[in-house]
Amino acid sequence: MDDIKNNNLKKASEHGIQAPLALLAELSHRCPLQCPYCSNPVQLEKKTGELTTDEWKSVIDQAVEMGMHQIHLSGGEPTVRHDLEDIVEHCSKQGLYTNLITSGVLLNPDRLKKLESLGLEHVQLSFQDTDHENADRIGGFKGGHAKKLEVAKWVRDVELPLTCNCVVHRQNIDNLENFIQMALDLDAERVEIAQVQYYGWALKNRAAFIPTPEQLDHATEIVEKARIDLKGKLVIDYVIPDYYAKHPKNCMGGWGRRFLNMNPKGDVLPCHAAETISHLKFDNVREKSLKWIWENSEAFNMYRGTDWMPDPCKSCDRKEIDWGGCRCQAMALTGDAKNTDPACSISPMHNEIFSMAAEEARRAPPEFIYRKYGVRFNSPI
Amino acid sequence: MTDILKIDDETIPKFPKHVKFRYNKARDEWVILAPERLVKLDPIAVEILKMVNGEREVKSISLELSKKFNAPEDTIISDVKEMLQNLSDKGFIEENG
Repeated sequence: MDDIKNNNLKKASEHGIQAPLALLAELSHRCPLQCPYCSNPVQLEKKTGELTTDEWKSVIDQAVEMGMHQIHLSGGEPTVRHDLEDIVEHCSKQGLYTNLITSGVLLNPDRLKKLESLGLEHVQLSFQDTDHENADRIGGFKGGHAKKLEVAKWVRDVELPLTCNCVVHRQNIDNLENFIQMALDLDAERVEIAQVQYYGWALKNRAAFIPTPEQLDHATEIVEKARIDLKGKLVIDYVIPDYYAKHPKNCMGGWGRRFLNMNPKGDVLPCHAAETISHLKFDNVREKSLKWIWENSEAFNMYRGTDWMPDPCKSCDRKEIDWGGCRCQAMALTGDAKNTDPACSISPMHNEIFSMAAEEARRAPPEFIYRKYGVRFNSPI
Repeated sequence: MTDILKIDDETIPKFPKHVKFRYNKARDEWVILAPERLVKLDPIAVEILKMVNGEREVKSISLELSKKFNAPEDTIISDVKEMLQNLSDKGFIEENG
C-alpha cells in the first residue's frame, strides 16, 4: 500500500481525460426495500449525513459547468427525499438529461405527474421477479411487486418513458422470458437485464445468487433471440456476471475516465462500489469543487490510465480496452485493488475463483442476508 | 411501442420522448441522449437532425440539405435515409403518426 503515499500521480488532464459524461447521484441510502444484492456499501449512510437541497443544487450547477450530459437520481431510494421535486426541477433547468432510478413503492400518481411537469425525462423502475411472492421475498417488502406494476402504469399515464430494471440470478433466472414479456406488457421502451454483480451486499450473498454456467448460457441465448425478435420495439441491455466471462468488463469505461458517483454525504467516487477499497481517501463536495476532485482526487488518479498496472495487465494488448477490469472486484477477491481483476481468464487467480463460484452455484442457496442498517459481519467476504 | 420502422422518402421522423437531441454548451457539441446512452454526432448528422421536428418528411429534409450544401439530391436522400434508419434501429428515431 505504499502507492498511497505517492503524490506524484498523474491527473485527469495529464491522462488526456475530459470531463465526465454522467453523474450517478445517490440522494439517500434509505430504502423501504432490502434487496440482498443492493449496490450500496455495507456501511449505509444515515439521513443526518445527507447533503442538503442547496448542496445538491450546487453540485448540479458544477456538473453542467463541467459539461456533463446526464444525471441519474438514485439511492437507496431517491423518492424518500421530500426535496426530490426541487432537485429534478433544478436538473431540468440546467439542461441535464434527468433520470430517476427507483423501486417505485413510495410513488403515487400525483407525485409522478408533478415530477414529469418539473422536467423529469425518464424513469427506471426496479423489479425483483415476475412472480409476486418471490419478488416480495427478494425485496423484503410485502406487496411490493403489485405496487410496482401499478407504478409502471402511472409512469406511462403521464407519458414518461420507462425502463424496467430487472436484476437476475439463480433464484429468478428461469423467469427471464417473463421479465421481457412484462416489459412489453408495461409498454416500456427499454429493459435492463442485469445479472447480479458481486460487491458489497451481493458478495455477502453470492452463494444465494450465483447461477450455474448452464443457467447463464441459457439466459444469454434467450436475450440474444429476444434482441433480434424485438429489434426496434424494445431495447434490451444485458449485463452478465463477469465471473463467467473470458475478459473482464471494462468497468465504468475505465477508472475515473467517464463517470462519477456521489454518495449521500457528498463523497465523490469513481464508482458506486469504490468505498469497498478501504485504503482510498475520497474527497467531498463540501470541501472541494467537483471539477477539482475530478482532476486531482487521489482516489481517482490512483488507478487512472495504465501506469499502475501489474502484469499480466501491463503487457496485455487489451489494457486500454478492459483497463484492467474492475478495481473493486480485484480488492474483494484478491485483497489488493491493484491486482488484475480475477474475472479475467488470464488472471493467475481466475481458476480458483471461478471454481469456487461454480461450486457455490451447485449447492442449495443459503438464506439471504437482507440489506439494512446495522448488520454486522464476521468475515471480510 | 410501434412496429419496426422502415425509413423511406415519405417517413416523418421524430425523436421518441425519451430521446433528446441536445446542445451541450460547455462542450460546444450536439449529442443524442437517452437512458445510459450518449451518441456523438458528426457535423452532417447534426445538420440532418436539426431538421427532424416531427413535421417534415425525409424528402423535404433532404431537398433542403441538397440546396444548402449544393449537393445532388439523390445522394443526400440516400445518406439521410441510411443515417435515420441506423438511429431508428437503435431506438433513437421513430415515425410521427
